[in-house]
Amino acid sequence: MSQKAHLINTRDNVAVAVEDIYPGEKIVVDKDRKIEIKIKDKIKYGHKFSLKDMSSGEPIIKYGEEIGEATKKIEKGEHVHVHNVESRRGRGDLK
Amino acid sequence: MASFKGYKRKDGSTGVRNYIAVLPTVGCVNVAAQKIATQIDDAVPFLHHQGCTQLSPDIDIVERVLAGIAKNPNVKSVLLVSLGCESVTAEKVKKSISQHKDVDLVRFQELGGLKETVSKGVKKIKEMSKDAEEERTEAEVDDLVIGVKCGASDTTSGIASNPAIGKTVDNIIEMGGTVIFGETTEVLGAEHILTKRAVNENVKKKIYDKVDEMEERAADFGVDMRGGQPTEGNIKGGLTTIEDKSLGAIVKSGTKPINGVLEYGERPDKKGLYFMDSPGREMEFMTGVASAGSQIILFSTGIGAPQGFPISPVIKVTGNKHTYENLNEHMDVDVSNIIEGKETTGEAGKRVFEGLLEVASGKKVKAENVGYDDSGVNSDIYTRGPVI
Repeated sequence: MSQKAHLINTRDNVAVAVEDIYPGEKIVVDKDRKIEIKIKDKIKYGHKFSLKDMSSGEPIIKYGEEIGEATKKIEKGEHVHVHNVESRRGRGDLK
Repeated sequence: MASFKGYKRKDGSTGVRNYIAVLPTVGCVNVAAQKIATQIDDAVPFLHHQGCTQLSPDIDIVERVLAGIAKNPNVKSVLLVSLGCESVTAEKVKKSISQHKDVDLVRFQELGGLKETVSKGVKKIKEMSKDAEEERTEAEVDDLVIGVKCGASDTTSGIASNPAIGKTVDNIIEMGGTVIFGETTEVLGAEHILTKRAVNENVKKKIYDKVDEMEERAADFGVDMRGGQPTEGNIKGGLTTIEDKSLGAIVKSGTKPINGVLEYGERPDKKGLYFMDSPGREMEFMTGVASAGSQIILFSTGIGAPQGFPISPVIKVTGNKHTYENLNEHMDVDVSNIIEGKETTGEAGKRVFEGLLEVASGKKVKAENVGYDDSGVNSDIYTRGPVI
């Protein structure tokens, strides 16, 4: 069976959907570590979801590096994107 | 220890192809260079559109790159074709090449035009290439210089093909080889992460300086490179921040320390991983890394970029299964297994590495097979200043 989400680096706290995923689905992200996530939002192909509960200000880790920080509380299985993440470096839809 | 079979050169380098390079010192004699090359087996023209009516810093770049292409290990001997009135000093380029390769020169205006230039050029090549090495012998991975590039990217590039190539790069560096990556615009937003891998403060500063210079050049045109990143389309596709976007690109450089920063087309003086200040556009980027001595270019693509390069074979790696099937005529390696969870990134990277050694030993890439590596269409020299 093909996987629906991909974990790029084992240090990451988000995974990337490799096909559209719907609320309520249980997704196995890492077969070895048996990380199973219950999805809370619709996650489109290429989008990210959280692997753990995060508090506001917590770094978002992808590629094993910080890509920004949470601007609010993010629950495990929630969509992680521009509505709840901010770069410390700049973002396209902000002036 | 992994090895391959290549052509040993007098300067100690090892070629994976055995070309006679025909280099016009100015775009005006591209036609002559092309006509000479078509008459000789193994001859390849390196066509470009530079060499005159440019300011001296750009002429310096053109001279450096012409010499660099000539010194590329895949080249056994060189014929320079000069017009006669161009800004590039053909004799200077010839002198720089002569320490490494057999080189000769024909002058178009002096010879009285195309017919004589072609006939004299062909004759000179035949005289020159007699004692060049024609047999492949055992060579080690530390003889390889590999250029790394991504183009026509999509979501799969950041998830599969770039990370897989990153693993391949780590393999090559661990075996004592050399890898060059670049595309200064792609570092933007992740320079603070990339610089953590700089071997010293000097290299760290140089990376920051090159990104600053690139942003300043864009600002001179009234363009803010940092604003508007990631683009609306990137955000729609799931990229959240500029770091998210840039990391997806630079992950193809692996995890090893960055030994140095190269000027465009500059050859590294040691082995290991290097960053080249360079544009992302395919023909100029590939020219830059070939001039730096890359025998092979690893090219990650998502939607599907078809181009090869005239001097160095280009291996196309894609993580997009549809692209691999739809553009199969142009794609060399399929790493979509990573996305399907059937293969780890490390396993795919090892497969890319093994494929690279086959290409190094002579196996043709798709671009060579279908003839998508023609010069002039797929090569040019990157210059920055005004054209006069």
